[in-house]
Amino acid sequence: MGETVKLIGAFGSGFAHRAEVALRFKGVPYELILEDLRNKSELLLKHNPVHKLVPVLLHGDRSVCESLVIVEYIDEAFDGPRLLPADPYERAVARFWAHFIDQKFAKPFWMSFWLTDEEARRRILTEAKQNLSLLEAQLEGKPFFGGDSIGLVDIAACALAHWVGVFEEVCGVAVLTDEEYPELCEWAKRYINDETVKQCLPSRGELVAIFSSCKEMFRAIADSQHK
Amino acid sequence: MAGAEDLKLLGMWASPFVLRAKLALSLKGLNYEYVEEDLKNKSELLLKSNPVHNKVPVLIHNGKPVCESTVIVQYIDEAFAGTGLSLLPSDPYERALARFWAAYIDDKLLPSWTKTSRGSTEEERAEGKEQSAVAVENLEGALRECSKGKPFFGGDNPGYVDVILGGLLGWVRASEELYGINPFDPAKTPLLAAWAERFGALEAVDPVIPEVNKLVEVAKMMQAKLAAEAAGASN
Repeated sequence: MGETVKLIGAFGSGFAHRAEVALRFKGVPYELILEDLRNKSELLLKHNPVHKLVPVLLHGDRSVCESLVIVEYIDEAFDGPRLLPADPYERAVARFWAHFIDQKFAKPFWMSFWLTDEEARRRILTEAKQNLSLLEAQLEGKPFFGGDSIGLVDIAACALAHWVGVFEEVCGVAVLTDEEYPELCEWAKRYINDETVKQCLPSRGELVAIFSSCKEMFRAIADSQHK
Repeated sequence: MAGAEDLKLLGMWASPFVLRAKLALSLKGLNYEYVEEDLKNKSELLLKSNPVHNKVPVLIHNGKPVCESTVIVQYIDEAFAGTGLSLLPSDPYERALARFWAAYIDDKLLPSWTKTSRGSTEEERAEGKEQSAVAVENLEGALRECSKGKPFFGGDNPGYVDVILGGLLGWVRASEELYGINPFDPAKTPLLAAWAERFGALEAVDPVIPEVNKLVEVAKMMQAKLAAEAAGASN
């Protein structure tokens, strides 16, 4: 199959990383198109008219949107190592945890770093930590959520492996500590040091620089979303 | 008939999420034991089977629990691949489209409806109404794109998106009496309005949808309770 594959992403986007790392695991050659999200391209608006967000996967004349939908698509459309298990029950478990991560660690977790209302921030952080404990328990001594190799849940949780450390440094808070979450911290190291993941992980230094310069903006966004 | 398999569904009769699971089971012609939960007094089985959320629906298959309505529907389709209708198409791109729209229903459509009916301020409810209008318009386009002129999102036969949206049908029907709104207004979204009639009339669907007057009764009781609480709080 020689159809062109392009990925519309944005530097530093954890969601775009999910799609990119999936392509890399499958060994699919692709062209990466980086968006300036403050000035979205015609290409992006044409292929994701509903959400106008990255990532968008372009495969031949098909466009796929929503990072986890893209990951499952990549798993099914291309040969290579499985990203989801073969067994229906194990697939259901993987989808459950991927969904849990999206629900609990996208907006809510982000708020626990950026909200200026201290009391509200602490409340959200407490809930986030309970959810982290649930994830910690899911690892149960396995190297990855997917077992011996990286799978859907690991990819879904990539922000916890890399981006959380950046937020912690920029905000001066420690959330994902070795003492409280030893397995998650080991998992995070394993994930970011994986040879395939390394190829498409934005550098921590660059992320710290970008997010540091965006502190006020992130705080304003968090406050407005919290109401 | 999958009678030898041990299938149990923990649910609550008014829940649209539970209805999704029932629709999938019904469309595939699967037998199962249904357990009605009292959500104010959740059973040990529910708490044990869904320790993360403690919510319904939970599908228990040969003793193993599956949680989250979209996960359950996909599981039913994959675990019983040889039985009855296929809910997800076989082509990876069409599967991606189906999953995209199912996610849209939960991430955009449902929250906008909740905001419209339960927003705490007039401003919030108005915002919800605007967002709902956009959401149903997008879904109307989705139906056109996915059905390609055929009766369902799944084409000739109902599929994954039909089930995910179909779970909301009971409340869609109740909405007219409760709020004077038809979320699938035939004037604005003719395809969706026709789809709602057609899907709702299916032999595998009609008996499974909860009765509208019972849903209306439950909603009115909830509204009265919330009003009483608000009145009590402001005294």
